[in-house]
Amino acid sequence: MIPKIVLTSDHVDFLKKVSELSGQIVTKCDQCGTCSASCPMVDGMDITPSQMMRLVQLGRREVLESKAMWVCASCFACTVRCPRGSDLSKVAEALRQILLRQAIDHIDIKSIPEDEIERLPQIALVSGCRKFTG
Amino acid sequence: MKEKKINVMERVREASKAVVTGVDDKDIEHWVDIHIMGKAYQVPADLTIMQAIEYAGYRLMRSCGCRAGFCGACSTIFRRKGEYKLQGAMACQTRVEDGMMLVQIPFSPAEKPLYDIREEKYDSSVLLKYFPDVARCVSCNTCTKSCPQDLQVMDYVQAALKGDFRGIAEGSFECIQCGLCAIRCPAEIVQYHMAQFARRMYGRHGSKRDKNVENRVGEIKEGKFNEEFDRVMGLSVAELRDIYTKQQNTREVY
Amino acid sequence: MSPEQEKGKTDPVDDNQAKGTMIPYFPGCTLKTKAKIFETSALRVARCLGIDLIELPRWNCCGTVTSLTSDDLIHHVAPIRDLVRVEDMNTMGEIYQEYRLVALCSMCFHVLKRAHLRVMQNPGELEKINNLMYLENDYQGKVSVLHFLELLRDIGFPKIQKTVERPLAGLKVSPYYGCLLLRPKEAAIDDPEDPVILSHLLEALGAEVINNPFKTRCCGSYQTVCDKAAVAELTFDILSRARTEGADCVTTSCPLCMFNLADRQKEVMEKHPEFAPMPVLYFTQLMALAFGLDESVCGFDQNVVDPRPLLREKGLST
Repeated sequence: MIPKIVLTSDHVDFLKKVSELSGQIVTKCDQCGTCSASCPMVDGMDITPSQMMRLVQLGRREVLESKAMWVCASCFACTVRCPRGSDLSKVAEALRQILLRQAIDHIDIKSIPEDEIERLPQIALVSGCRKFTG
Repeated sequence: MKEKKINVMERVREASKAVVTGVDDKDIEHWVDIHIMGKAYQVPADLTIMQAIEYAGYRLMRSCGCRAGFCGACSTIFRRKGEYKLQGAMACQTRVEDGMMLVQIPFSPAEKPLYDIREEKYDSSVLLKYFPDVARCVSCNTCTKSCPQDLQVMDYVQAALKGDFRGIAEGSFECIQCGLCAIRCPAEIVQYHMAQFARRMYGRHGSKRDKNVENRVGEIKEGKFNEEFDRVMGLSVAELRDIYTKQQNTREVY
Repeated sequence: MSPEQEKGKTDPVDDNQAKGTMIPYFPGCTLKTKAKIFETSALRVARCLGIDLIELPRWNCCGTVTSLTSDDLIHHVAPIRDLVRVEDMNTMGEIYQEYRLVALCSMCFHVLKRAHLRVMQNPGELEKINNLMYLENDYQGKVSVLHFLELLRDIGFPKIQKTVERPLAGLKVSPYYGCLLLRPKEAAIDDPEDPVILSHLLEALGAEVINNPFKTRCCGSYQTVCDKAAVAELTFDILSRARTEGADCVTTSCPLCMFNLADRQKEVMEKHPEFAPMPVLYFTQLMALAFGLDESVCGFDQNVVDPRPLLREKGLST
């Protein structure tokens, strides 16, 4: 039984939004899976980078509920290896920003334990704030 | 109810006019048009923002303090007519201008963390421990642009990231904690609380101990000045008044 | 000065020495605090090579990561402001016709370089950023951002080899590049799949280079803030493989990589009790050791995993 995928204008809008925000032609992705194979963080992801791209291509807003883009470490391994020249790191960033710009932070800096903050170098806290807070 | 309100405003306006300006309206030559919280008023040109607000009939229960540019209570945000730039100023220290559109910011909501400077390690990490929001600074410089004391606020926030306590202390020395930087900061940093903590830490752990102060405190503890104190405490009110008046009458310029 | 700098008050750079080529240098926040030793060793080894790294005046935090959305400009303001400072140094006569900016931290290098490229490719965005920073001079686009390794490569590894007083013979070092020196292409200082620059440097220092297939694998970066376990696993993989390949120690160029690979070994050992600590050093510390500089410059007492027992064993202690 082949599942039916319906594309409504809402889906198209979401696809357009992510494409615009990331500056990538998301439909170029042919699902080869190289990104997923290269990703060092994939073990902690609920959906793989390829699946993330697929959901975006189909305009599925549910992709915003996944953990994957928050587990991403912006290492650009996917970016340099994508055979279509897509910058998947920008797509992940776009998905994060869509939520962060709605004032939905991924971490609460005030709830990091004191002994952890004392241990963390500035570089870690600054980059964590940039990626996980709006 | 509405009528009663207007009467009160009128009465306050009438009562405060002479007090604020010191002269009758008919003797005032230069007037300016301003907007206070969206409502238009015509006020004498020489007034400060605070005096102008009172001239217009408002009685300031908040956003008003020392009236001398020191307490940081009368934070004001305004735009000039025809300009898009948002300015920050202290109402008691700034003259009104024609076309000024202003609003008061009586309070900047910010929690101050509890700390004991005697217990804290003098280390760069302690700044981020109490003020992790500082890590969100994007160096946009909005705080510097908002500061009515012309402080380089961004520079001292950046000094916090560098663990430079002295830089923060010196950069924030004249901060009157008006809160305008914190209100406008896109990263929601509370600059002045962080700066106060840094000044305290620097004072306690970082800056050199003043030998003269230490010596004097030692002398006091030894009782060197006890006799003098006892003598003064033993004087009568009349004797004290006499000494005080003589002192006030000397031609010393402070 | 941060309290950490105050503690190491004896500035190892002797200002009575003749000045070499002056090049502006961007430290980044962590090099002034937790990674002080990276700066100290780098400034001194640069001096040995005839380079004076002059700290940028009034620099601000670069942001550590590049903002990747198409519309975000505010996060590019900070690095561009730093590039303006380089141009200002020239205009004010503090340096003469020198528009290179050297960074030590991989993340700072990455952000500064990409910010420059972004505004060069988008003049409209540069104009907006310049207008926002109306209290600063406009950025003219003259700055060339370099990582310190690139500067070393330009100086030439043979020259570096000549400066070596104590070759690191017998020391088996696994170079670790991390991500941001090599990816994406516009920021890369070397080939992302097969980089050699650190190997060439280590060979010039006389060390034995151990290849680690995980040398370009991400250490987890900022995930260390909220997912220590993931970082610990990556560290375990990277360091275990280095050890299996025969390495004694690992070298890196980024304070965040250092934190993840060294400080987080504590979390690795909680999950893998059989894991033995592996020393991780900044490449400039190895350079300082090889150049015969003293202990206060090499700073081995500040490494989380003490490398001194290893160095003593190899006959390389200061």
